[in-house]
Amino acid sequence: MRTLTKLSKAPGAAPDQTIGAETSQSPDADIGADSVEARRELEGRIQGASPLARNTQTPGSAGHSQAYESAVKHVTGRAAYIDDLKVPADCLHVALALSPVAHGRLTGVALDQVRALPGVVDAVGIEEVPGHTDIGPVFPGDPIFVEDEISYAGQVLFAVAAESHRAAREAVKAAFDAGLVTIDERPASLDAVVAAERGEFVRPTHIQQRGDWEAALGGASQVVEGEQFVGGQEHFYLEGQACLVTPTEDEGVVVHTSNQHPSETQKLVAEVLGIPFHAVTVEVRRMGGGFGGKETQASPWACIAALVARRTGRAARLRLPRGDDMRVTGKRHPFHNRYRLGVDDKGVIQGGEITVIGDCGYSPDLSDAIVDRAMFHADNAYSLGAARVTGHRARTHTASNTAFRGFGGPQGMMVIEAAMDDIARRVGEDPLTVRKRNLYRHESDGTQGDALPRDVTHYGQTVDQVGLLHELIERLEASSDYWARREAITAFNADSPVIKRGLALTPVKFGISFTAKHLNQAGALLHVYTDGSVQINHGGTEMGQGLHTKICQVVARELALDLASVRITATRTDKVPNTSPTAASSGADLNGMAARDACLTLKARLFDFAAEHYALDREAMRLEAGHLVAGVGESERRIPWGELVQTAYLGRVSLSEKGFYATPLIHYDRGTGQGRPFYYYAFGAAVAEVGVDTLSGEYQVNRVDILHDVGDSLNPAIDIGQVEGGFIQGMGWLTSEELKWNEAGRLISDGPATYKIPTYGDLPPVFNVALMEGHPNSMASIYRSKAVGEPPFMLGISAWSALRDALASLADYREAPRLDTPATPERVLLAAEALRSRHSDWPPAFEEATP
Amino acid sequence: MIDFLLNGQPRRCEATPDTSVLELLRETLGQTGTKEGCASGDCGACTVAIGEAGPDGRVRYHSANACITPAHQLQGRSLVTVEGLAQGEALHPAQAAMVACHASQCGFCTPGIVMSLFTLHEEQQQRPAPLTPERLEAALGGNLCRCTGYRPIRDAALSMGEPPWPRPGWLDRAVDASAQHQEPGADSAFVQPATLAELVEERRRHPEAPIVAGGTDLWLEVTQRLRRFERLVDVTRVAELTTIEEATLDDGREGWWIGGAVTYARLEPLLEAHYPAFAHLLHRLGSAQVRNRGTLGGNIANASPIGDTPPVLLALGGRLWLAGPGDAAEEAERELPLGDVFLDYKKTALREGEVIRAIFLPRPEPGRHLKVWKLSKRREDDISAVLGAFAWRLEDGVLRDVRLAFGGMAAIPKRAAAAEAALEGQPPTVACFQAARAALQNDFQPMSDVRGSAHYRALSAANLLERLRLVIGQQQAPTQDRDREVMLHAYAH
Repeated sequence: MRTLTKLSKAPGAAPDQTIGAETSQSPDADIGADSVEARRELEGRIQGASPLARNTQTPGSAGHSQAYESAVKHVTGRAAYIDDLKVPADCLHVALALSPVAHGRLTGVALDQVRALPGVVDAVGIEEVPGHTDIGPVFPGDPIFVEDEISYAGQVLFAVAAESHRAAREAVKAAFDAGLVTIDERPASLDAVVAAERGEFVRPTHIQQRGDWEAALGGASQVVEGEQFVGGQEHFYLEGQACLVTPTEDEGVVVHTSNQHPSETQKLVAEVLGIPFHAVTVEVRRMGGGFGGKETQASPWACIAALVARRTGRAARLRLPRGDDMRVTGKRHPFHNRYRLGVDDKGVIQGGEITVIGDCGYSPDLSDAIVDRAMFHADNAYSLGAARVTGHRARTHTASNTAFRGFGGPQGMMVIEAAMDDIARRVGEDPLTVRKRNLYRHESDGTQGDALPRDVTHYGQTVDQVGLLHELIERLEASSDYWARREAITAFNADSPVIKRGLALTPVKFGISFTAKHLNQAGALLHVYTDGSVQINHGGTEMGQGLHTKICQVVARELALDLASVRITATRTDKVPNTSPTAASSGADLNGMAARDACLTLKARLFDFAAEHYALDREAMRLEAGHLVAGVGESERRIPWGELVQTAYLGRVSLSEKGFYATPLIHYDRGTGQGRPFYYYAFGAAVAEVGVDTLSGEYQVNRVDILHDVGDSLNPAIDIGQVEGGFIQGMGWLTSEELKWNEAGRLISDGPATYKIPTYGDLPPVFNVALMEGHPNSMASIYRSKAVGEPPFMLGISAWSALRDALASLADYREAPRLDTPATPERVLLAAEALRSRHSDWPPAFEEATP
Repeated sequence: MIDFLLNGQPRRCEATPDTSVLELLRETLGQTGTKEGCASGDCGACTVAIGEAGPDGRVRYHSANACITPAHQLQGRSLVTVEGLAQGEALHPAQAAMVACHASQCGFCTPGIVMSLFTLHEEQQQRPAPLTPERLEAALGGNLCRCTGYRPIRDAALSMGEPPWPRPGWLDRAVDASAQHQEPGADSAFVQPATLAELVEERRRHPEAPIVAGGTDLWLEVTQRLRRFERLVDVTRVAELTTIEEATLDDGREGWWIGGAVTYARLEPLLEAHYPAFAHLLHRLGSAQVRNRGTLGGNIANASPIGDTPPVLLALGGRLWLAGPGDAAEEAERELPLGDVFLDYKKTALREGEVIRAIFLPRPEPGRHLKVWKLSKRREDDISAVLGAFAWRLEDGVLRDVRLAFGGMAAIPKRAAAAEAALEGQPPTVACFQAARAALQNDFQPMSDVRGSAHYRALSAANLLERLRLVIGQQQAPTQDRDREVMLHAYAH
């Protein structure tokens, strides 16, 4: 569970409402009874909550493809990131000393001698920490500096503060060169499967189970099983981890940081310094990319810089050089997945078991929730029947793996998508046919004695909007011309010995909400100034996803103002306190509602004032195009916004308001592994076509078609940007992005020269991306939109499945090859070799050159 | 002292020899629009444009990674950064297109992308040509973006319009010619000789001072390994090292002597005309920012086993012209076949103080074929796991003058002697190529590293021979069979 503070009680253990599975629903209605219930629950919390459904669009406000609020600043270089901030002349620069070994004991650090090195002003280690030394975000286990045991190569041993960035880095190097650090190296544990067998876990194993899975396996006509390794992923945010900490006149600090979770950084900095939270202010204007990598793992640097700032009384800047960043921070969890599923003759899953092992690295970090989310998505869009899903959290001597777009969901989906391909080959059907047969659907399955409904997940949540899922796939199937292309590809492959083409359609169903219930809350702060200009602040952070733009659009829409009248300011813990991380795709859902709440309250207050002051009819009062409008027809009165605001000010009416939002309905019981952890699901599907050179393993993605569900879009341009960017990032994860450690556990892919994220040429030549229209969110959300940050990432799985399809042609589609990820040219070539060795004459005997 | 124009403003700065353009901008001049993403020339976030006057007097701009460009090489140049493009409220067409296409998300890579688009736009102004996918890939392949997935960036590149943007006069103004070279006798620790004689003299006096040309590899010593350079010798302004001259060797072979400091970008037109396969390789060598600065001489002197050009030059029978500080005439200059140059891992036959004056590239002979195939995880801007360069003639149905050179298969770039012997004088049959595949195991025992396992290297190198057989077969095949793909279009040439 992700918690802001260390709560003694597991959140979500006592559901405070019982709504969900038993609520009857019409299969085709998008807006179900749950939504009505949610709206009822929201009433009273959001004042005047009537227009939760769609409104008409006005240019610039929500629903419109407004340009990114910082776009002009980006292209002119004026947008400031942490390392661009002007600093006091005496600012110190901090560099970190990282462990060169993966496991061992730190037997000595001569910090006094380090302090005497040229240019060094201070050096700090575990002894110098006045407050807490464990900065584990949820569970303990992350020491700010190594005290005794070294747990991974890259762990922070101590930090050096010097007059320049270069001097600080040189001093660290000199400290190692001069033998000032002594380490007793020990063998490292690097294999998560072995760790799981030995019971070396960072958190206890969790199980979700529904129905009699063993009986389902026993009674199935066929059993299909498989195993896969799914590699991790480096975030590779272009702006590395960075912060700037300035001491205040009392005991506190002001922290500027590139950070998805300012409130947690505030808490940890305060605890490390041993001061109250109110003495620490954290500010985030923007990040140069986050992707989850700055959710928990931006805090340690702020804590270390704060320590230096308080000890020296000088500002301290800490930014990680790319290599340090890649070694010291955690990544997407690598997973080892296994499945055993019973299917009927048509390939429909009857039940079975899935086991996922997340390689968590050395400490819990967010791994409990991440492996949970992998388990929540081991079904993707398919009914598993009677199933048991087991999730292990293995401990290894690597950096503590952390949040990354999808948060375990993608790794969980990989196992069932692999199974779909495997089942298809077994029953001799096209993989799309098998996928469609297994989709969640409303009718019950008669083959089970107890007739398990086919629209309920293995963790007991009813899948809403199944009609949308089916329609989305059918539309994409048609628009991408799937079947004609399938035919053409089969014909091409039959006649092409070296180049093989592959095609795959994979769906996405992604659960939206933090699975730690208490994080599903947000606050906003709205100020109206006497010139009528509006300032909005909220708890979310901007990392490029367009959240600030969307929030401005919400406010502009609620107050019926031009977007230019609404200015958003940096996220600060002294403006909106106790915020949740900007994560779980929840930014716009939560903060948009909080901002709207503030607007509605302020609006009501202004209406009350106007009704009395101008003697107007309160009933039909509204804001329209920069005016307050009362009455209709002859009796209509229009008061310009500026005049209204000034009059209200003179009338001593507060022009500032805070807003709040908490997601209704959600609950999950870890004891039973059942509940309704997600407020709703977001859907999507992608069709990818690839060409593979089976002699070299080289491949290219030739065409991609995507149809994605964002409900009623808050900003189609931004949403399309999230879909496209998510797809490419997901494709990179599964293809070229390979993390490699040497045998001693040192990361050797530690820079962009060796770690290859997609570049311009990886953009498919044909890339058709569309948003599903006409299906507003069935749940009451901000203007019936849906979260869009994470779900499209998993559309990238289509590229991987298409590679398997191309390779399967080598076995006449009788076998789906095992293809671990990332599917580098090396892995593709080796998979091709393995298939050929089993299914044809190999070494190659392509046709003889014509004489 | 460095004299240059920064966005049209004359600047005079002091800097240590190992200061980069990025450090100069961000730390000395407080210009923070240009970002550091990796400090290794791999991400393009720090892309700037550097202008210099061509022979026709017009200023031409090329893109460069500021993080690995020596600040002193700005001497006499015009530096344009993202801060310099907008004129008041008027955005440059590259900037306007990026905004209109929603092509920035987090915005951190954006300044670099804007500068790559700026140089593309400049090229279009001077020499308009269709913006083909290949051209866009060449222009943008060195700029990593983690957010957008590149589609809107492609749209922006294609929609850069005619400017309502008032072109500032300084963009076409060269720096005062007198500032092109340092005053003779100026005692700088960043030495910029103008002639070979000056270079040789500098090498005699300071043989320990490293040579820098593009800095695309050397500068990683500074940014990644924190090495300090007290003195550096810049060869990029040595007249003799920056020319391409037609020549005939003593043995009668015709070709070109390519100056050691000629950049990949300058080499491209020659290769496009004579060796399309080699030119195609250049498109996959680094990025535009790297090709604009990296040199053929540097790629050879560096002697990396995974350098891209040495295997090609080995297959073509390239030679080196070395110049050294020896007193006797025969010691001062000498020629070496490229095959004698690489001794061991990053170790060459160059003597102390010697420099690569030029590299001989033979003119293509009729009937002689060249294929160059590079295997890497990512098609663009990646380093080879394996590179195969194959040259041959087919005479009366048998293979002649077969040269098979590989990178990534040994400690040095090396020819596969046993495999060559297996094919020489043989017809291109399955059996002969099977023999060559087997022989390759005697030629190489590759190692495992971050780019690939030993097994993959051995297997894929052998498979490249099979691809070679298929390609040769296809050249002989009836016309209707020639269209059959034996390799992917994006990799074929």
